[in-house]
Amino acid sequence: MAEEMKDMVLEYVIDEYVDEDDEIEVGFETPLISSGIVDSFSMVSLKVFLEKKCHVSLPDKEATPEAFDTVNKICELVRRFQD
Amino acid sequence: MAYSAKARGLFAEDIQAIKDKGIYKEKRFICSPQNAEIEVEYPEGAPKKKVLNFCANNYLGLSNHPEIVKAAHEGLDERGFGMSSVRFICGTQDIHRELQDKVSEFLGMEDTLLFPSCMDANSGVFESILGPEDVILADRLIHASLIDGIKLCSAQYDTFKHMNMKHLEKKLELHQDKRHILVVTDGVFSMDGDLAPLDEMCDLCDKYSAMILVDESHASGFIGKTGRGTHEHFNCIDQVDLITTTFGKGLGGASGGCVSGKKELIELCRQNARPYLFSNSMAPPIVNASIRVMDLVTKDTELRDKLEWNAAYFRKGVEEAGLCVRPGNTPIVPVMLYNAKLANDMSRDMYAEGIYVIGFFFPVVPSGAARIRVQLSAAHTREHIDKAVAAFKKVGEKYGILGLDKKGIIDKYGM
Ligand SMILES: Cc1ncc(COP(=O)(O)O)c(C=O)c1O
Repeated sequence: MAEEMKDMVLEYVIDEYVDEDDEIEVGFETPLISSGIVDSFSMVSLKVFLEKKCHVSLPDKEATPEAFDTVNKICELVRRFQD
Repeated sequence: MAYSAKARGLFAEDIQAIKDKGIYKEKRFICSPQNAEIEVEYPEGAPKKKVLNFCANNYLGLSNHPEIVKAAHEGLDERGFGMSSVRFICGTQDIHRELQDKVSEFLGMEDTLLFPSCMDANSGVFESILGPEDVILADRLIHASLIDGIKLCSAQYDTFKHMNMKHLEKKLELHQDKRHILVVTDGVFSMDGDLAPLDEMCDLCDKYSAMILVDESHASGFIGKTGRGTHEHFNCIDQVDLITTTFGKGLGGASGGCVSGKKELIELCRQNARPYLFSNSMAPPIVNASIRVMDLVTKDTELRDKLEWNAAYFRKGVEEAGLCVRPGNTPIVPVMLYNAKLANDMSRDMYAEGIYVIGFFFPVVPSGAARIRVQLSAAHTREHIDKAVAAFKKVGEKYGILGLDKKGIIDKYGM
């Protein structure tokens, strides 16, 4: 289940934020925000996606750029709010 | 005194942190009117140096154009120095109305509303017309002032990949359940000089019943055959719903901005936009000079033609010299260096050669995409451009990057 979520989030991140001609490899531990792949302005669609797919509500003060910096961190955050 | 030693120390630490990141902005003083040739004091306290300016938004060379200066004087004499009022109380003169009408005519829009700046126009336009049932779909690289305006507005928002029409279409499909959809883009993106593919965007907006707003700050007055802007270039003037633009770049260079477009939307801005309601009106000398600007750009295409020629001539020159230039056809020509330190070092050496240009790197541009952004002006002569190209050649040679492509430069200097 946990692995499934990670794969799903990674797939969304690549689809949503990486252009076909960008030569970037994204994995579970790749920094997303601090590297500039995702900026704080375009982070919003990721948050909406997570809330819909994982049936959670992420408060704005928790959904910070730091908490969204890697796929692993994102999944940790989501799990915390699923309980 | 509430500004304690402790508070001062903490703020000083914040400033140091900016310096440590290497993104501290130095003070630079221009000791002459804005023009192709300027006198600069940099660093602070250094003797004044005469340099050629290749980093101003003075696209049409109007910042110190004699006719515009004359019109500003006339405005000062005939309508005074300032308005001491926001627009709707007693801050609107007949010349404000005249300027609005001329802008509407020039841009091919129904109505126009002046703001103190385009930053203010962008801050006010979204909250004035949209609410929580609506969605804004923005290109990811739009200007910071649009992002601020979108965040100030109660509408939902989403973004699409830079100029990626497939992704925009996906988002338009996704948000069909919203009341209004407003697509937002810059016409010309100021860091890359990219032209947004407005014709395709407008067709998609028609297909999915969305409205479109274009920020034309880096386009008004010179993009398109007669300088109307990106919508003229792509032949879709009638399909654009809203334009925001500035009088602080091509159209004069002093200050002021506006929203132009469908008359109901402009009326809502007049009723609701906070910068219109709560910030002082554009000053009469600037309004009068801006009217003359509109007359000048409407009368013929001499200035925009000269700018187009200058941009093509510079681009060809640096390409032939062996520099790596981002392809395009606007007066913004990014000389790509990829590495931030290289961009910084080269811009310093260019300054020593008498050419004033600036290096840009993350977070202003994506990391690994550092560059020197060159901006052409109709005020540049052929000799100015020859000097700039020669300096690029000399400095490029010093760093051993002439003839190298992206991969070659990155192999040599890293990202
Ligand atoms: C795309 C864009 N929009 C808006 C602005 C703001 O214009 P103004 O200087 O009139 O506030 C700028 C200027 O930096 C810009 O580049």
